[in-house]
Amino acid sequence: MEGRRPAISVLEWLRVNLFSSVGDTALTLGGALIVWFLLVPALDWAFVRAVWTGDDRTACIVKDAGACWPYIGARMGQIVYGFYDVAQRWRVDLIYALGALGLLWLTLPFMPYKRVAGVLMLSAYPVLAYVLLTGGMFGIDPVPTQRWGGLLLTLIVSATGIIVSMPVGILLALGRQSDMPVFRWTCTAFIELVRGVPLITFLFMASNMLPLFLPEGAAVDKLLRALIAVALFSSAYMAEVVRGGLQAIPRGQYEASKALGLSYWPMMGLIILPQALRIVIPGIVNSFIALFKDTSLVSIIGFFDLLGIIQSGNSDPNWAAPNTAFTGFVFAGAVYWAFCFSMSRYSQAMERRLGAGTKRGQ
Amino acid sequence: MKRRSDAFSSLAGDPRIRGIIAQVILLAVLAGVFGWLISNAADALSRQGKVFGFEFLNDTAGFGIIQTLVPYTERSSYGRALLVGLLNTLLVAALGIIIATVLGFLIGIGRLSQNWLIRQIATVYVETLRNLPLLLQIVFWYFAVIGSLPGPKQGYSLFGTFFLNNRGVFLPSLVLEPGSGVLAISLVLGVVLAGVIFFVARVQRLREGRSFAALPAAILALIGLPLAALIATDFPVSLSWPALKGFNFQGGVQLLPELFALLVALSTYTASYIAEIVRAGIEGVPRGQSEAALSLGLTRAQALRFVIVPQAMRIIVPPLASQYLNLTKNSSLAVAIAYPDLVSVFAGTALNQTGKAIEIILMTMLVYLSISLFTAFAMNIYNARIKLTER
Repeated sequence: MEGRRPAISVLEWLRVNLFSSVGDTALTLGGALIVWFLLVPALDWAFVRAVWTGDDRTACIVKDAGACWPYIGARMGQIVYGFYDVAQRWRVDLIYALGALGLLWLTLPFMPYKRVAGVLMLSAYPVLAYVLLTGGMFGIDPVPTQRWGGLLLTLIVSATGIIVSMPVGILLALGRQSDMPVFRWTCTAFIELVRGVPLITFLFMASNMLPLFLPEGAAVDKLLRALIAVALFSSAYMAEVVRGGLQAIPRGQYEASKALGLSYWPMMGLIILPQALRIVIPGIVNSFIALFKDTSLVSIIGFFDLLGIIQSGNSDPNWAAPNTAFTGFVFAGAVYWAFCFSMSRYSQAMERRLGAGTKRGQ
Repeated sequence: MKRRSDAFSSLAGDPRIRGIIAQVILLAVLAGVFGWLISNAADALSRQGKVFGFEFLNDTAGFGIIQTLVPYTERSSYGRALLVGLLNTLLVAALGIIIATVLGFLIGIGRLSQNWLIRQIATVYVETLRNLPLLLQIVFWYFAVIGSLPGPKQGYSLFGTFFLNNRGVFLPSLVLEPGSGVLAISLVLGVVLAGVIFFVARVQRLREGRSFAALPAAILALIGLPLAALIATDFPVSLSWPALKGFNFQGGVQLLPELFALLVALSTYTASYIAEIVRAGIEGVPRGQSEAALSLGLTRAQALRFVIVPQAMRIIVPPLASQYLNLTKNSSLAVAIAYPDLVSVFAGTALNQTGKAIEIILMTMLVYLSISLFTAFAMNIYNARIKLTER
């Protein structure tokens, strides 16, 4: 499709792409109006009329002021670390840095030893993060989970969801395809039940109902309950994505593996799953993105994740100004957007790269 | 001794026997876990002096709800509150689905437009809204946008008919006066008559290859019948216009700020997904189909109507239905801005008042589950009907 086009002049380009007919010209003018009335005021608000320095609300209550950026600056610590003790923030920094390094290693195509990095990120890294963040071992101070918040909490909830939902989702998908009716029914029932209800009812269940179902005195950490709810919820969606991949594998692959004498687990692990997962990489990343966005729901059941901490900050009397709420939400939106957009771009690049190997020239 | 161990190992080696053993173990584990959970819950309830049961549904709720589609007062029962919440959920879902569909189709077609600017705007729309959490968008519209709107006196107005301010949106409304039952009956009759017209036209077309103009006839039945009824009964309906009286608007119909924010956020967010579905659907019809249709002598409009759109719809409808379902489930985020939907009223206020956590959460989940299963059922029927009949 991307054939080389002959070079055309600017005027020619304008005529073809913007003013090819009367209707087209009308569309262009309509589009220009949309840009003029939405994009221009937005940029004006965020940059031109914005307030950049100040120590409290007085800087931002001037007439015609735009975004109140010093408010974000003043609360940056909370946004990034939540209520984590200031003296202990190095632990969070270390986890952030290691996580970023690991992700770079895994995503940059030219890095060697990807398998080692993957295994480390899925095994050693979560353990290290757990030990460092909770503390209370090896002489580091304990930090209760109530103090976790902001971007830290958002990333913890999403990372847990991602790491747990992959294996559980694969098992559920295999169970749903199983020949054994009890496994098939159990997995199907679980998947359909979870997918049929909104996540918020699942979170309410974890926060209100689950304590009743545990033995007396077994106080399970509130965050842990929310994490379990989010992880189970995303596992059901992951299972459906994986099932799509399993169904796309030709029957011959199963028959050939059986003919080679492979039993169920080697057949799945060595032949079927590697192919099936590869097909559904875009779907998997899409459900990671959905999960990342859905973590904001924990703010409804009383956690101060990125959205929750921004919302609580918006009502800070020190910064009460007409633009405070706008500024806070726009900043939170920018952070969420940056994460989701880069994930979706990565998945598209990945899709092209994998497709290049299997598709024949067109 | 030896023989028995032989028998055992051959049994364990047989995959069928192993499968049965594994399933029995799974059943036992499931039964054990559920039994353990239920006995814990029974203990917890008896410790707190509570009884599992649904009698509380008949008790007086004692709280007000700011938007009720059916009569409800503080003296109504919890069961009634459940109904009010469910209707509010269905209201926002129905309105949201309509707006999201229109917006989504426009943007999806815009993504494929010949016009460069329109294409860019549609792309930016999709890439922005899809990558932001819906909850963030809901609270943004409610706390930032509506929260900063002026009061009724300084609010915005469109043609002096529609008003937007921090009390919500005010629109003209229909007032049904005595005798307007005729109108309802004639509307229903009109719909039935239109259906009959389409059916007859279809039968005739299948038999004779051509038929009368079914669409104009149906529109005539849909509009003409109620109009005739209105004229015959001397117009028992009137329009009520919102007007500023004192500090607030009187007349017309008011959309609460909560409903407005939720509706805008839900429909613009879902529209970004619908746009991608529509784009994929249209792109999914091979170019050869339109070329073949045109070379058969169909006009461009006929090619679209009889060749392209039916095939695109086959791709579009199943994911579209699941987006409708997502929108309905996502409307539960209403709880964050206190729009009185099912979760907010029942799993929120009613749960906090009664403490009936198990009953209320199970019932709430069951309601959503029934909506999901009903949609899945309807989609299965649709898919079976439109399935390609291959040789």
